[in-house]
Amino acid sequence: MSPSRTFLDAGGSAPLTQRTRDALVAGFAEGWADPDRVSSEARRARSLVDGSREAMADALGARTEDVHFTSSGVAGLERVIAGVWTARRGREEVVVSAVERDATVHAAQFVAGRAPREIRVDALGHIDRDDLAVALDDPAVALAAIQHANHELGTVQDLAAIHELTAARGVPLVVDATSSIGHIASPESWDALAANPADWGGPSGIGVIALRPGTRWLPAWPEGDDWAPGGVSVPLVLAATVALQERLENADSEATRLADLIDVVRARMRAVPGIDVVGDPERRLPHVVTFSCLYVDGEALLSRLDREGFAVGSGSACTTSSLEPSRVLAAVGALTHGNVRIALHPGITSDDVDRFVDAATRVIEDLRSEAGAPAIG
Amino acid sequence: MRPQLAELNVDARGQVCPLPIIALARVAAGASSGDTITVECTDVAARVDVPAWARMTGNDFVGETETDGGAFALTVRLR
Repeated sequence: MSPSRTFLDAGGSAPLTQRTRDALVAGFAEGWADPDRVSSEARRARSLVDGSREAMADALGARTEDVHFTSSGVAGLERVIAGVWTARRGREEVVVSAVERDATVHAAQFVAGRAPREIRVDALGHIDRDDLAVALDDPAVALAAIQHANHELGTVQDLAAIHELTAARGVPLVVDATSSIGHIASPESWDALAANPADWGGPSGIGVIALRPGTRWLPAWPEGDDWAPGGVSVPLVLAATVALQERLENADSEATRLADLIDVVRARMRAVPGIDVVGDPERRLPHVVTFSCLYVDGEALLSRLDREGFAVGSGSACTTSSLEPSRVLAAVGALTHGNVRIALHPGITSDDVDRFVDAATRVIEDLRSEAGAPAIG
Repeated sequence: MRPQLAELNVDARGQVCPLPIIALARVAAGASSGDTITVECTDVAARVDVPAWARMTGNDFVGETETDGGAFALTVRLR
């Protein structure tokens, strides 16, 4: 058996390119000193952070001084939700979409002390803007936390229209761009933004936050830099920035190439009986698709595919530590068992995708027959 | 003469996904158009998956009721 591996689970953790690994090594060689001190070594480290911040700001469409580094994409969501919420003294409610990340919902619940108000989505995962408008009319709303693109469905929200609704009511819009930056153009409509470098092939252990000049926030913790208590890791900042620049160099052609590959997966999986291919087929991330298979155990599906050399993700309850299926799949009414999420990275070829679909089709058929499932259709 | 419509039951309490749906599908395979099938289950995923099964197989999801002991009764009608 060939030991070859095909990694199709690059959402939130993509393989690092040689250039990114080189940047990491250079960061440790040149940027080991504490950038907050006054020595020449410290200045050298600080210049690496400053240069990275400038490049990151440029990529995100933010001012350099409004870009902050933190310790992960999730930490970024937590910090920015807490900081913006705290500055809205007296207003307590957080509004989220029904397809937000667990981290966003948990952060909102933690700071506000109660569950956030969830705005329903349609079958493709687009937020119901009438429902949102009604929710935002409540003067108790502190902030709205809504994603740019969904990490499972791939569906891209119409942030311009959403921001129009929040801005008209003076409610800050915190945008979770942890699945979109590095894959599609950065969103323009937000008051605060969280991004995750590991998702675009940067190292794990770093997150990015951007604020608009008028966005108010208050620290929730006593240390001076509330975004990165104890300071940022200079090598991680540098490598995250280099990884993003590398992705952006070929962003358009790569997005087209990956979107075509996902179209192939969508079409071929849809042709298999009893498969629910979810998310917006048009307004979506180029590299992500999720599908669910009737009568198939998600955990068995993932381990069979892994044995055949394919790494994929899943939102099925039996593949997570909780007993609850993915909130995203439940929100769009998608089948939650036998779920597979694919997130491509630049190293994936058309041949990889074809081989994956062949293997998945065979494994699904085997598992159904082993489970004694009746014929479909 | 109009044939009698059957009201069938599946006890899937204690089973986790995808077993309740497979049990539902087995019963549906032997049932007729117009019959209803009620799946009793404790797995929360089934609350999403039974309506999704109905949509994907061209049948109708009728509704959900909570039963004793935190279980759910999910009903579908076959087309």
